[in-house]
Amino acid sequence: MFENIRLAFQGILAHKMRSLLTMLGIIIGIGSIIAIVSTIQGTNDQLREQLIGSGNNTVKVTLGSGGESYDMEMSSSLAGIYPVSDATVERILALDTVDRVTCYTNRVLWETAVYYKDRSLTTSNISGVDDQYFDTLGYRVRTGREFLQSDYDHFAKVVVLDQTASDSLFKGEDPLGKTIEIYKNPFTVVGVVYEPSTFESNIEDIEDYQLMNDEEATGMIFIPKASWPILFKYDEPENVIVKASDTDAMTKAGQRTAKILNSTITVENPTVTYEAEDLLGDLKNKQKMQNATNIQLMWIAGISLLVGGIGVMNIMLVSVTERTSEIGLKKAIGARKSSILWQFLTEASVLTSLGGLLGVAAGVVMARIINIATGIPVGINWLAAIIAVFFSMGIGIIFGLIPSIQASNLDPIDALRRE
Amino acid sequence: MSLVLKLDHIYKDYITPKLIVPVLHDVCLHVEEGEYVAIMGPSGSGKSTLMNIIGCLDRPTKGTYELNGVNVLNKDDKTMASIRLNNLGFVFQNFELLSRQTALANVELPLVYAGVRKRERIQRAKQALTRVGLADRMNFTPAQLSGGQKQRVAIARAMVNHPRLLLADEPTGALDSRSSTALMELFEELNNEGVTILMITHSPEIASYAKRVCNIFDGILTERTDSDRTRIEAAGGGR
Ligand SMILES: Nc1ncnc2c1ncn2[C@@H]1O[C@H](COP(=O)(O)OP(=O)(O)OP(=O)(O)O)[C@@H](O)[C@H]1O
Ligand SMILES: [Mg+2]
Repeated sequence: MFENIRLAFQGILAHKMRSLLTMLGIIIGIGSIIAIVSTIQGTNDQLREQLIGSGNNTVKVTLGSGGESYDMEMSSSLAGIYPVSDATVERILALDTVDRVTCYTNRVLWETAVYYKDRSLTTSNISGVDDQYFDTLGYRVRTGREFLQSDYDHFAKVVVLDQTASDSLFKGEDPLGKTIEIYKNPFTVVGVVYEPSTFESNIEDIEDYQLMNDEEATGMIFIPKASWPILFKYDEPENVIVKASDTDAMTKAGQRTAKILNSTITVENPTVTYEAEDLLGDLKNKQKMQNATNIQLMWIAGISLLVGGIGVMNIMLVSVTERTSEIGLKKAIGARKSSILWQFLTEASVLTSLGGLLGVAAGVVMARIINIATGIPVGINWLAAIIAVFFSMGIGIIFGLIPSIQASNLDPIDALRRE
Repeated sequence: MSLVLKLDHIYKDYITPKLIVPVLHDVCLHVEEGEYVAIMGPSGSGKSTLMNIIGCLDRPTKGTYELNGVNVLNKDDKTMASIRLNNLGFVFQNFELLSRQTALANVELPLVYAGVRKRERIQRAKQALTRVGLADRMNFTPAQLSGGQKQRVAIARAMVNHPRLLLADEPTGALDSRSSTALMELFEELNNEGVTILMITHSPEIASYAKRVCNIFDGILTERTDSDRTRIEAAGGGR
């Protein structure tokens, strides 16, 4: 076996130009496939990063009807829907796909309702949050603190801002301890948090996804859930965010949670229900859309591989004819049919594996060039590279088979007689 | 003395689409261990055909053939290959060396097929090359060797497996007279060491090195008598 591989390399080196030309089809085919796979991988990674974030795995289960989220500010109260009870939270937590749960009330304030001195926020997003909220969503404290148990106990008029809100209200001033007005109610700023970049995304298609990156985010304002009735209604329905046990469980976790929450609604056929966002499903659709065109390119690369394989077969047939007397001699001195078969199969597959390796190298280079020239993200998939090399080896075996069988069936007498 | 070769009533016809070509006709040949036999005959008389049968490369149309007391004609191709590998050594008119390989690698080849490990292979191949006087040419490729040296490499390759029988089809056919003489001396030495040799030639001079000579004419093999020998030697065919 090693002897065969050594012989194969010797043969390839003896005809460098010929071997290289033979391998060209394989190199181009494998190279294109690796470049395409890398582009797909890169795009998918980027989409995933943008849509799901890295490792947060949170799913929003919000009130809405038919995909349209319900806006508390614009509509009247919701019959039969109440704040989520502790018992319901327990039931959600009991799901094996769910690690954490947080419930919060939320309104988008379209009018100017938040002031610090003469500065204001034109639109803002205000949430009444429980003690799980920041941790579940992965918010980090930049300055100050999160809410304390005493804030909840004493209905404290304290507020935590996100970076955007803090920046637009305080313009570099230290916000801690300052008082802002929400609907004319004074609230003391106790902390500033910064948000995980991807949570507020609401992406319908690929254009949206590009838009989102430029769009200026709305400032987020957080108050303790207990203090919500100071500004708004008592017993306002809540939205829920669950943290799934892992990324692949997100869809399931969201759907199960929505089901539990909907079972608590006390009216028949409610117009508004809890609906789980399906980031994972959206992601898959988006990836599918992106990949469809690339998959077509794969076919073209596949044809190149086929042509490459036929080239290998051709050159192997030539090689068998050229080496008739070598084969005859080997058989005469006692080589078995199978030894000759293996020798030629090894030669063909070493040739194509080498082509595959060079193809992977070419593909990686191509991917880099695509990345630099067009800015399309690429991610080298090493598993694909390894598969590609083995695949090329397989091509060698398949297309080398006919020439190898031909060689092994040569009659040594005829083979030695021919000059 | 045991019989190495026992051919009885061998017939060989080549069957072509158009006609049947009868080549060998009732050939009987017994060769004992340690003999040195030359088969002489004109071109087309069937020498190579007979050699191919003896070399287990071809099968006769009729007749029996025992090699070392074993009937080889009822063996399958795989067994025939291993008989060639382990019991026979071949030397051809045009050497048949692998042109890209060194002398050493050429001699190693039968050992590769016999599954001998690399280290032992090299050692035995070196021994065989030293035996034929090429100790200083081991890493030369055939292109860097003279005709006589190439044939010595071929002999080393034939001998490396220690076969019972060395078969040589016109071994001097491509050599000048000096190389031929040197080669015949090597054959004589090998024979003196106990190697059984069967050689084909159409040169009476070369045949005279053998201890026993057979004639083949139109597919009929005849043992040469002592009177023939004297006649040929008188005609200046001997040494
Ligand atoms: N495959 C074949 N098919 C038909 N006829 C053949 C075949 N091989 C050999 N012959 C015929 O058999 C006869 C003997 O051939 P062979 O090769 O044995 O001769 P030879 O004695 O070795 O001759 P030379 O000294 O020229 O090598 C020739 O007439 C040849 O034409
Ligand atoms: Mg001949």
